[in-house]
Parts: sequence; C-alpha cells; structure tokens
Amino acid sequence: MAGLHNSEFANPVVRWIDQRMPVFTMMQKEYGTFPTPRNFNYFWNFGALAMINLVIMIATGIFLAMNYTAHTSLAFDSVERIMRDVNYGWLIRYVHMNGASMFFIVVLVHVWRGMYYGSYKAPRELLWMLGVVIYLLMMATAFMGYVLPWGQMSFWGATVITNLFSAIPLVGNSIVTLLWGGFSVDNPTLNRFFSLHYLLPFVIVGVVFLHVAALHITGSNNPLGIEPKGPQDTLPFHPYYTVKDSVGIVVYLMVFAVLVFFAPNYLGHPDNYIPANPLSTPAHIVPEWYFLPFYAILRAVPDKLMGVLAMFGSILLLFVLPWLDGSKVRSMRFRPIAKWLFLLWTVNFFVLMWAGGKPAEGVYVLISRLATAYYFAYFLVLLPLLGKIERPLPLPESISRPVLRGGGPLPGAATAQPMEKA
Amino acid sequence: MALRFVKTAVLAAAIGLSAVMSMGAARAAEGEVHIPSAGFSFSSALGTYDRGELQRGFQIYKEVCSACHSMHLLSYRNLRDIGLSEAEVAAVAASVQIQDGPNDNGEMFERPGRASDRFRSPFANPAAARAANNGALPPDLSVITKARNGGADYIHALLIGYAEPPAGLTLAEGMHYNQYFPGHQIAMAPPLSQDGQLTFGDGTNATVDRMSRDVSAFLNWAAEPELETRRAMGVRVLIFLAILGGLTYAVKRKVWANVH
Amino acid sequence: MADTLAPSSSPPTTGGPHAPADGTKRDFLKLVAGSFAAVGVGAIVWPFIHSMNPAKDVLALASTDVDVTHVAEGQAVTVMWRGKPVFVRHRTAKEIEEAKAVPLSELRDPQTDQARVTREPWLIVVGVCTHLGCVPLGQKSTDPRGDYGGWFCPCHGSHYDTAGRIRRGPAPLNLAVPEYEFRSDTQVRIG
Repeated sequence: MAGLHNSEFANPVVRWIDQRMPVFTMMQKEYGTFPTPRNFNYFWNFGALAMINLVIMIATGIFLAMNYTAHTSLAFDSVERIMRDVNYGWLIRYVHMNGASMFFIVVLVHVWRGMYYGSYKAPRELLWMLGVVIYLLMMATAFMGYVLPWGQMSFWGATVITNLFSAIPLVGNSIVTLLWGGFSVDNPTLNRFFSLHYLLPFVIVGVVFLHVAALHITGSNNPLGIEPKGPQDTLPFHPYYTVKDSVGIVVYLMVFAVLVFFAPNYLGHPDNYIPANPLSTPAHIVPEWYFLPFYAILRAVPDKLMGVLAMFGSILLLFVLPWLDGSKVRSMRFRPIAKWLFLLWTVNFFVLMWAGGKPAEGVYVLISRLATAYYFAYFLVLLPLLGKIERPLPLPESISRPVLRGGGPLPGAATAQPMEKA
Repeated sequence: MALRFVKTAVLAAAIGLSAVMSMGAARAAEGEVHIPSAGFSFSSALGTYDRGELQRGFQIYKEVCSACHSMHLLSYRNLRDIGLSEAEVAAVAASVQIQDGPNDNGEMFERPGRASDRFRSPFANPAAARAANNGALPPDLSVITKARNGGADYIHALLIGYAEPPAGLTLAEGMHYNQYFPGHQIAMAPPLSQDGQLTFGDGTNATVDRMSRDVSAFLNWAAEPELETRRAMGVRVLIFLAILGGLTYAVKRKVWANVH
Repeated sequence: MADTLAPSSSPPTTGGPHAPADGTKRDFLKLVAGSFAAVGVGAIVWPFIHSMNPAKDVLALASTDVDVTHVAEGQAVTVMWRGKPVFVRHRTAKEIEEAKAVPLSELRDPQTDQARVTREPWLIVVGVCTHLGCVPLGQKSTDPRGDYGGWFCPCHGSHYDTAGRIRRGPAPLNLAVPEYEFRSDTQVRIG
C-alpha cells in the first residue's frame, strides 16, 4: 500500500502499528541487530545502568511529588509524612535519595570509561559533548532536589551556591536576586526549585535520546580503541549485550539495595534532618559527596570570582577535551605514559572529593590547591603535550584477530576463537 | 592474563576504597571526640528493636523529656508499634489536653487527646520555648538520632556524659559541662541524674545508664519506625537478586559460549 | 575515520553447531531467569500503586464530635466528617411515623427505619447523593425537601424520605449511615 512503511514483522497487530509508525523496526535495528563490538568489557554496562537509573529516579520522583508540599513551613514535615504515613513512602523516598548517589556513581564510571578508552575522540566528539550536557543537567537537578526537604543543608547549600553568582561583575547581584525571587533563599526559591527539579529530568531524557542517536551513527568504541572492520568484529546487540547488561543491572541493583535497606543515610549529612533555620549556620556547610571535588576546586582559589570560574571551568573544560587531546590513539591501553597520568588524575579526583569534605583550613587548603593544579594541568598541559610526544604501543590489527599471538584465520561467524579478553 | 586481572582488581579496590572513604568524608566525625558504641540491639545490620526498651523509653520521654522537648512528627497511634494496646494508646492520648477549634463561636478550645492526634508540644511556639529556657531552644526530638552524628550512640553518650569541667575551664552562665556535646558546654541540665528517678512499669531497675539507653532506643525508633521492616525487606531483596544474578549470569555464559 | 559498519551477516545463532539438547537447556534456563525477572518487576510495581492508597494518617479514624443541644425538633445541622457533609436531623414525631409506615416492597434499597437509626429522634446520614455525589438539599427549612419530606437532590432529581431512603430518581441506594456513637444525650461522635 502506498504511504506505508515496509514492515517485516509477522504478527498482524505489530505489523499494523509498524507500517504506520515503524517503532518496532526501529527497535529491532537499534537494539536488536545493531552491530556492537564483540570485545566490550563490563565498563560498557554503565550507559545502560545510567538509563535504568534515570527511569528509577523519574518513577520514584513522580510518586514522591504526589505527597510533597513545596512550602517552607510544610516541606520538611511533608517529607516526614511520606516516611511515616504514606504506604511504602519510606522506600520510595530512600530509593530516590540514594538513587541520586547511584546515578552519579554510575555516570562517573561511565565517563571514566570514556576518558580511558578515548571514546571522546573523533568521530564521537558530539556524543561526548552531549554527555557533558547530561552531566551538567544532572548536577542542576540534584542540587535543586537536595533543597526540597528544606533541612539545614538544603537551605545553606542553596544559599552558598546561589551566592556564587554574585561574583559575576556588574550583573552578579541582580542575577542572584532573580534566582532567589527575593532577598534571600526563601519560599519563592523553594517553589521554583521544585518546578525546575520536576522539569529537568525530562530534558535529560531528551538529551539522552540525542546522546544515543549520536552513538548509533558512529557506533560504539571498544576497549582496543580501533574501529570494527567487519561483521567478524561485531555481535548483534540482542541477545549478547541485552543479556550481559542484565547481569550488570542485577549487580547494580544489589549495590543499590544494600544502600537503601541497610545504610540509607550513609551518604547523607545528619544536619539535613534539622529543619532549615535562616538564623543559624551549620558549623560546616558541605554539599553532597558528588559535588565535593568541584567544591574543593572552588575553595582552593583564594579569589571569589576566580574560584567560581575555576569551578565551572573544571566542567566546561570537558567540552573541549576532544581537541585538547591530540593523540591519534584512542585507548589508553596503548598509551603507556598517558595511562599512568590518567590513573593519577583519577586518584587526584578522589583526593579532591576528600578535601572538599574537610574544613577549608590548614593542610587541607594546600592539598586542595595541589590537587586542583593537577586537575587542570592534566587537561591543559599534559594531554596536549602527550599528543605530540608520546610514542604509543603498537595497535592490534583488528578486534577479532588476537593480539600478539600471531594471526590465525579470521573466525567464521559461529566458530569459537580464543580471544584476548577485554 | 591473570596478572592483568589482578592488576585491574587491585586498582579497582584501591579506587573503590578511596571513593568510599571520601564519600563518607562528608559525614565523618568532625570533632575529635570519639563516640563509644553503646551496643544497641538495633545497631548491627540485621538488628531489631527491643520492645521493652522502647516502652520504657517512651515512659521516660513522657515523664522527663516532654516537659521541654516536643516530638510533633509522632502521633499517639504510632505507639501501637512499640507494643501498646489500643486501650493503652487511647489512655495515653486522653491524659493530655489538645487544642482544637475554632468552635461555632470562633474560639479555640481544649479537649482530651485521641489516638489520631500528634504528640502534644510543651510550648506553643519556639519563642515560648526559648523564653522558658533562658533563650535556649530545646530541639524537637522526632528525628534527633538521624540529625546527629553517631545517632543513638551519641544521644546515650551525651545523657551519661555530664561531668565536672576540667581544671581551668570556666563554664558560661547557665551552661553545663558535657564530654560529648560539641563545644562541651550544653544548656540542658542533666535530665537523668539519679538512679530510681522514676519507676518503670515493668519493674526494671531504673539506673541512669538503663534510663539513658532506653530513651535513646526510643528516640531511634521515633526517628526510624520502619527500621525492622526495611531490614527484613532488604534481606529478601538481596536473596532474590542473588538468585536472579546467578541465573542471569548463567544465561549470559550460555549465550556467549560460542563467542569466547 | 569510522568505517561504515556492515550489519553482521550471520550472527551466531542460538543453537549453533552444537546438539539440540544444549539449545533446550539454554531455553529452560532463559525461561527460569526470565520468570524470576518478571516476578521482580511485578514486586516493584506494588509499592508504587499501594503508595497511592490512603496513607496511615488518613486512615487513622478521624472522627467528628457534634453537640446537638441546640438542634430543635424539625431542625437539622450539617457537619464535616472525613471531608464529606453529614446530615444530623432532629426528626419530628410525624416524620418518624411516616418513615416507619413505608412498606419495604416500595423501596428500591429496602431497609427498615429501625435499621437506620440508633437513638430517636436523631437521624444521621452522609449527605452525599448515592447517584453521582452531589449534596442533596433539605437541611434548611427553606430548602425543597422533595416529595417524601426528606431530601431532594437538584442535580438529577433524586428524592429521599424522612429516613434518608431513596424513593424516586436515579440514585440506586439510600443515603449512607456512618458509624456513630452517642457519648451523652447531647454529644455524638461520628466515625
């Protein structure tokens, strides 16, 4: 028939829908037969885990919103009502609260994978940049979400972070007043944060869609960093990676369950169980752990404006990583110097995280400054330099041809082959 | 190949460990005082509440603490969960006067409490509380064990941690020396100061240590009434996931068998 | 730099060159794993749905106390109970007689007057029409009371008698009688 998609499905109902809107054909192509490198390691699970996590956050968030009241005099108590009176309210709340932490854990591993294996390099620059956009949206969403229970940390964290914008010359104070909707963090601020906190996750869904679309144009990277040369290097996404992702999902859920059921407040701060008091500042204002590295960078710079610029800069820098790193070799497995400098950068990231949770005094200041210096030096000095001077290890010929074990015939489609495990 | 696996595992462990420690950094005790572990029945991962402790703890709250401290997030009906019968709950509620209204004349009035009422607050508002307590505000105790580093262990340590100030330290006016309170000077006078200060309904000897443990346990229940349900569910969920994980991994190995 | 990826022309099939027994074993394993996962997904759905059921504070028997001292014979008062209006009517002797005299066969929802009243002369019913939920008129002396002297619902014309029973119109059931208890001659607790 004219104007209909040529569907290949047998089931009449599926076929009827597919002819008019080829969603099933699309799913079959993008998640069914999609050729995926056969040598993924478990680091490649984390994108799927992030997607699952996003769904969990939206589902729990919607049900929390059915019982939450965004007013300064009612917010704290409405959250406690959810914990005590709403059926399974405590479960939904703890899943949402710890889900935020799980989301950042999963995404940080996902990003780490991208950095180690050079997934940000051509032709995947746009994919990478969309990812950074998602990360920024996640941070905005998490920041606003943390304000909603209206505890001491909610209020004072909001005050400190919104005050940062006053560092902007000329228009800074006007911007802060605009953000607050008043002369301090108060009810108008809480209300708009609730509205935006509900909105942004759906924006994230949209950007994730673009992120996956971009991925499906270039295809996935893989631990060797070399492009698949033909069907012998790939496997259809289903059933190989659907089933492998399922394993990852169960492990992820087990970690999640340990947190939710046995240590639901471990990653939080007790001060947030004290209702917000604008007249009393907590002894140490600390953001949630996933902001700590950037908090450390902010405080490491003695000048207010420069500190703000350094903090935002540390993330915006990631946008241009594809151009800072000039090496033609993707995977750090074959970049002996870069590999160790990057692993050092990883440890440094945790040093920053640790320092961000300490008071800005004494030796902690020195450590924060050194760690901040290395954070920036890695991107701005070391990577560009290494791109020019580093001699990479020899790359394997292809994904399916075993490395260093002398060739051997390219495997037929179904023949088993001893493989260099990813 | 095994070496690479070992290297990866060691690296992962190192990163993971530093990750966990820095993630917990935000909540690590910032003061230098070490809070001793009190060994509550609910402290371990699978621990439960001791109903006897909870009931005695409630008695202490009612007879000692409620004079100054509100617990406005709890309702009398919640006391069913610590083992009080419906009649006992009704009696506890009816023993206090709750403000209600306005009536048809537009006036507020008082009436005996009911199970569905929230715990009565001793003061009408924070300003009244401060006025009656030399400017200090006795905090609401509904979630106090979640709002303090160390939880119930800290509350217990605090309650039995009053002592004479060390030589050379002069207390500010109206303050008391406490080994565990941050800054060591607390406005609250020791609330549990004498053995036998009250008589327990179940006959337990009311030493200061016993009373402090009981009220700390009660406060932990008040903050986390879902604790036992949560942990029980957690066990079932983890067992389920372990089985599912095993099954899924087996399927994965089967599906990938001719690729490896 | 990226090669165009040709789709895998012949991906390893489920059975492969191995004996069929291997395939069936794999299918059984997949079935068990899949069922387990399905049970898990089902278990996840219930807490979300149940969280929408009335919460514990809503369920906690919220009750309303009414002082009927000033409700004279022939008068009625409306009180709020669980978010709904409740009619408390001080019935006249005539109204009671009328209600008792009605044969059950005439009633769409047969109920004796005695079954609906615990202490004369007080009739206490939930003032929500059992058709589609409007509040019937008849509490004020100036209100229309319908053809049976009780209440009249203006939305679709249901008539209730002096015992709150449906007599004419689309409503299927009598006005609901809530749980109540007289704590004294003048104090009644509803709910």
